Amino acid sequence: MANKISDETIEYVGILAKLELSGEEKENAKADMEKMLDYIDTLNELDTEGIEPMSHVFPVHNVFREDVVVNGDGSKDTLANAPLMKDNSFKVPKTIG
Amino acid sequence: MAKQYETVIGLEVHVELATKTKIFCSCSTEFGGAPNTHTCPVCTGMPGSLPVLNKQVVEYAMAIGLATNCDITQVCKFDRKNYFYPDNPQNYQISQLYLPIARNGYVEIEVGDLKKKVRIHEMHMEEDAGKLVHDEWDDTSLVDYNRSGVPLVEIVSEPDMRSADEVIAYLEKLRTIIQYLGASDCKLQEGSMRADVNLSVREVGTEKFGIRTEMKNLNSFKAIARAIEGERERQIELLEEGKEVIQETRRWDDNKESSYAMRSKEDAQDYRYFPEPDLVPIVISDEWIAKIKAQQPELRTEKLERYKKEFDIPQYDAEIITNSKHMADIFEATTAICKKPKKVSNWLMVETLRLLKDHDMEPEDIKFSPENLAKLIGLTEAGTVNSSVAKEVFEKIFAEDIDPEKYVEEHGLKTVNDEGALIEVLEKVIADHPQAVADYKGGKEKALGALVGQTMKAMKGKANPGMVNQKLKEMLKEC
Ligand SMILES: [Zn+2]
Ligand SMILES: [Zn+2]
Repeated sequence: MANKISDETIEYVGILAKLELSGEEKENAKADMEKMLDYIDTLNELDTEGIEPMSHVFPVHNVFREDVVVNGDGSKDTLANAPLMKDNSFKVPKTIG
Repeated sequence: MAKQYETVIGLEVHVELATKTKIFCSCSTEFGGAPNTHTCPVCTGMPGSLPVLNKQVVEYAMAIGLATNCDITQVCKFDRKNYFYPDNPQNYQISQLYLPIARNGYVEIEVGDLKKKVRIHEMHMEEDAGKLVHDEWDDTSLVDYNRSGVPLVEIVSEPDMRSADEVIAYLEKLRTIIQYLGASDCKLQEGSMRADVNLSVREVGTEKFGIRTEMKNLNSFKAIARAIEGERERQIELLEEGKEVIQETRRWDDNKESSYAMRSKEDAQDYRYFPEPDLVPIVISDEWIAKIKAQQPELRTEKLERYKKEFDIPQYDAEIITNSKHMADIFEATTAICKKPKKVSNWLMVETLRLLKDHDMEPEDIKFSPENLAKLIGLTEAGTVNSSVAKEVFEKIFAEDIDPEKYVEEHGLKTVNDEGALIEVLEKVIADHPQAVADYKGGKEKALGALVGQTMKAMKGKANPGMVNQKLKEMLKEC
């Protein structure tokens, strides 16, 4: 494996992903990420000179919807699996906006 | 010699578009529904749901881009901006980073004698987040996703502004353009227009920008002006003490008139953008651009010129009226009914502006209908009500949009033009005030005013003042 993921990087990615990883999990994640980077190196071997970057795999564009209200009150379904609820709202730990 | 500092300001302005539905689903965008009633699997980020783009969002964004002299990006797409926060159920916001819909624009602003261009770096389409309300009772937060997925455009300026006045001129300019396009109502208080201020200071004469901070939570022009002043002073103070400005996001507290740092290191701003796989690219043809251009309504500058020419309205009045699209609409609709542009302009310029100021309201908050103002103008023109009664009735129209014809009828406010009735009252007033009569006859002109006043009072203000004066003089000659 050519790519090496440092301890700092895995720590930082953990913070971004809001994950607390044990030492063993960190080692596994590092190995996985190294493999992914190696794969990208393989892709980079291709000559892409003069080729437009592709943003989507299907040759489709301009899929639109007209601006017409179709949906009604969806609150019952939306809140059906709420772990905690109050006043028709999700109740979550205090978060400063 | 104290150092001289220059303030450098760039703005990120979010504008909520006036579509009926959200950007990626057919939920209503209507303001004020009970929490979570305008939600579905798409706008609450349920697994397996797929977004479908609202065409009107693209068209509003194109219209704004064209009206602000931007180049439209003819192949554009969406990207994912990843972050975790309870207001964002998908754990990402669908936005545009790499190919935003509009780029390289500008608007012209005027501050005093200074005319300048504020360049627009780019404008992109994105979705709004949900709303968090702090629940004092449980000390928790309550989440409402009605706003989640409401379409926004974010307009990012270059750091071209140098003072709070320039910032406000720029925001007013944007607001007028967007309101005229009908793309948003742009209400700062209600959050349909929001401005984040990027500000740095540097010594006058230096080329290099200072380190900037970003300020959020500014929901009025006054708050923006105060926040800019406060942040400028805070940064200068740091530099004077030989300290460094830290690049950070700060939240303005308008009650305390100070700001505080918002995010900690734990919330590193690394959004790991990548192309949105659930949405296909948007290809904008020349024809589509031409169509949007052709649909563009009359903008403010054109309207202002037309008012001066077509209605003979003075420059200043035309500026005030056209400064708000809503007011201009009322002006035109009322004029179309009563054909008296000068009278309509007068009611808007004098009484309407006075009442707006008294109630601390914006022209956008005007609720009365053109029909009722036109009726009132009809009543005054016909001499059915005198001017003081008309003002009183107008206050009712302004507050409750009452029908002035009915109101005048029901409250007996019609001017009495009946000579017989007037003579009867005058006879009584003359008989009851012998001293004033004697004074007037003795050459005291002022005494006439007192008698007129008594007559108006006796007739509850409904008399025709011109007629009272004339008749009273005649009768005094004879007695
Ligand atoms: Zn929805
Ligand atoms: Zn944004």
